[in-house]
Amino acid sequence: MPAPPLLALRGVCKRFGAVEVLKDVDLEIHAGQVVALLGDNGAGKSTLVKVISGVAPAERGVIEWEGRAVHIRRPHDARDLGIATVYQDLALCLNLDVVGNLFLGREIRRYGFLDEMAMESRTIDLLGRLTRAVPELRAPVVSLSSGQRQTVAIARSLLGDPRVLLLDEPTAALGFEQTTEVLDLVDTLRDRGMGVLLISHNLGDVKALADRAAVLRLGRNNGFFNVNTASQEQIIASVTGATENVPRRGTSYEARW
Amino acid sequence: MRRTTENTQADDAAAAAGDPSARRGHTLSRALQDWGAALRRRFRAGELGSLPVVLVLATVWIVFQSLNGNFLSPRNLSNLSVDIVGTGLIAVGIVFVLLLGELDLSVGSISGLAAAVFAVLNVHHGAPEWLALILAVLAGTAAGAVQGYSCAKTRVPAFVLTLAGLLTWNGLMLAVLGTSGTVNLDENGLVADLTNYYFTHDAVAYCLAALCAGAVFTISYLDRRRRTAADMPHRSLRHIALRAGAIAVVAFVSAYLLNRFQGLPLALLIFLVVVAGLDILLRHTHYGRQVYALGGGVEAARRASLNVTGIRTAVLAASGTMAAIGGLFLASRITSVSQTSGSGVLLLNAIAAAVIGGTSLFGGRGTTWSAVLGMLVIQSISSGMAITDTPTAVQLVITGGVLFAAVVIDALSRRSQEAHGRA
Ligand SMILES: Nc1ncnc2c1ncn2[C@@H]1O[C@H](COP(=O)(O)OP(=O)(O)OP(=O)(O)O)[C@@H](O)[C@H]1O
Ligand SMILES: [Mg+2]
Repeated sequence: MPAPPLLALRGVCKRFGAVEVLKDVDLEIHAGQVVALLGDNGAGKSTLVKVISGVAPAERGVIEWEGRAVHIRRPHDARDLGIATVYQDLALCLNLDVVGNLFLGREIRRYGFLDEMAMESRTIDLLGRLTRAVPELRAPVVSLSSGQRQTVAIARSLLGDPRVLLLDEPTAALGFEQTTEVLDLVDTLRDRGMGVLLISHNLGDVKALADRAAVLRLGRNNGFFNVNTASQEQIIASVTGATENVPRRGTSYEARW
Repeated sequence: MRRTTENTQADDAAAAAGDPSARRGHTLSRALQDWGAALRRRFRAGELGSLPVVLVLATVWIVFQSLNGNFLSPRNLSNLSVDIVGTGLIAVGIVFVLLLGELDLSVGSISGLAAAVFAVLNVHHGAPEWLALILAVLAGTAAGAVQGYSCAKTRVPAFVLTLAGLLTWNGLMLAVLGTSGTVNLDENGLVADLTNYYFTHDAVAYCLAALCAGAVFTISYLDRRRRTAADMPHRSLRHIALRAGAIAVVAFVSAYLLNRFQGLPLALLIFLVVVAGLDILLRHTHYGRQVYALGGGVEAARRASLNVTGIRTAVLAASGTMAAIGGLFLASRITSVSQTSGSGVLLLNAIAAAVIGGTSLFGGRGTTWSAVLGMLVIQSISSGMAITDTPTAVQLVITGGVLFAAVVIDALSRRSQEAHGRA
């Protein structure tokens, strides 16, 4: 029997008020794999990320961690499992400086006080892996450019040595060089056995980096692809809805995957 | 942009060259240049901190001193330093609430309630002073915690909930006082001593001044040593010495002036210890970091798994506690408690002090020291007006003008920060 996926979603439903945003969504993330999550604007990608990270817990459906059903009700639960997230809106505290944001909620302490020096040196390490132009560490994040903020958010997600990384359009605000560095980093992380969920509208990046792609359309699964074998046209057709191949759960799932 | 901490090792190497006497002058001018550059950077980035309020305070003092030579006399300054304490302690609580981007309107009523609880327990029921004192402060904590918890759970803005609190606690205070009207406190009791007691021995004030400057120097020096050992950016020795030196000058001049009158007032000592302690709690522990984080973005704090309800409750409980303590100091000043305790301009002065001192109304920016600076400005204006026989009407207009200026500076610096980020 093959090892169970690191993280698996089965039949996840989520509604905001009367609107059903996610309907019976399935997804699997294996260790050492990059899964791309594709879909048009409003397809429910960010909502799915929030379901997994505990910000907007699912109403129905099962989330399995290494084959074991788990409950993710708060961001805390996801963090304890080893799930780290870069949100589309970054979720940074604009008044705190770079170091404060990186360590928010898990500050390093020394004799009960914040150990600013240790946190600062860890921050320099982490940011150094992502970019050559490390922003001013003691400036409030509100004074950074959007690309710099995105770099900070990515560095923050790497802090606790997570096992699953959820990246919601992590390179949207980044320049060419920074994008390459982030994608290289994702590659390295995969080689180290991390499972990555990558949301991106850039099919080129997805083709270059991802192992598998899952497509969401109007809150439902609309196809799973092996990125190495599927053609770009097939994937685009699935994203735009030219092909409505909604998989019935359990049956044709693995084959299409 | 990497490692643009204001100073690096290079400064020391440069300073080490040249003969000693020239070096000293050179060192000082270089330090002032560094300071000027840092100031300009902060000005552009919209982080003015306490600079505007210090300028306002200096102006107020110069103006009143030129109008009346008694304004900066040891006697007047000593009284001023005791007068700021009651409202100042309440303003410290307001700083906590402002850091969340909220406002607490109930602090006046809570201060009156605490004073009434103390007076009735001690004077009418004969409870020992220490017990009545503790219960009075706990009453404030409880009132604040109730407000904080309901504010966090209902997500109603705190200023609305605490408006309900203002009425409720005021009613409760009238009920506690009952028909007694005015209660006179024991003139020689513990609470009366809070604002009556002076350390008459000169050595006390001087030793504390030395201790405080020494502590600042030692802590920054040890931090610098640790950073040098780890090859991290650090402050230059000059910067550290200059800062500790500035603190020493302020502390020793104050000690000298206070000793020329009656010595160091106990009230002032308590106030400064509380402010310094809470400043360390807010800026150097993970509890305080959570308060700032919540003020900078509720959603971000929630996603970082912070306990939003707990923090809100704790902050309003802290504000209620400080209001109760402040109320006891105000009662101590007049050694009586009446139905008007905690009413009038007290609430407005406490909020104005925090804002004038440089704490942002938008949340997430400010320190407890702004309560001290803001109260100094407000009380200096009122004391100067009293000395120069200016009518109250003018005093209110001027205090209002200063508050207006503080709010405008706050809004402008916030705008400039955002513009800085978008560039
Ligand atoms: N808090 C909310 N309350 C109500 N509706 C919401 C909320 N969040 C998202 N939605 C709705 O859910 C749907 C999916 O939104 P979501 O942000 O997940 O899309 P997305 O796939 O990430 O799109 P994009 O590519 O633009 O980021 C949208 O129709 C949106 O209006
Ligand atoms: Mg999205």
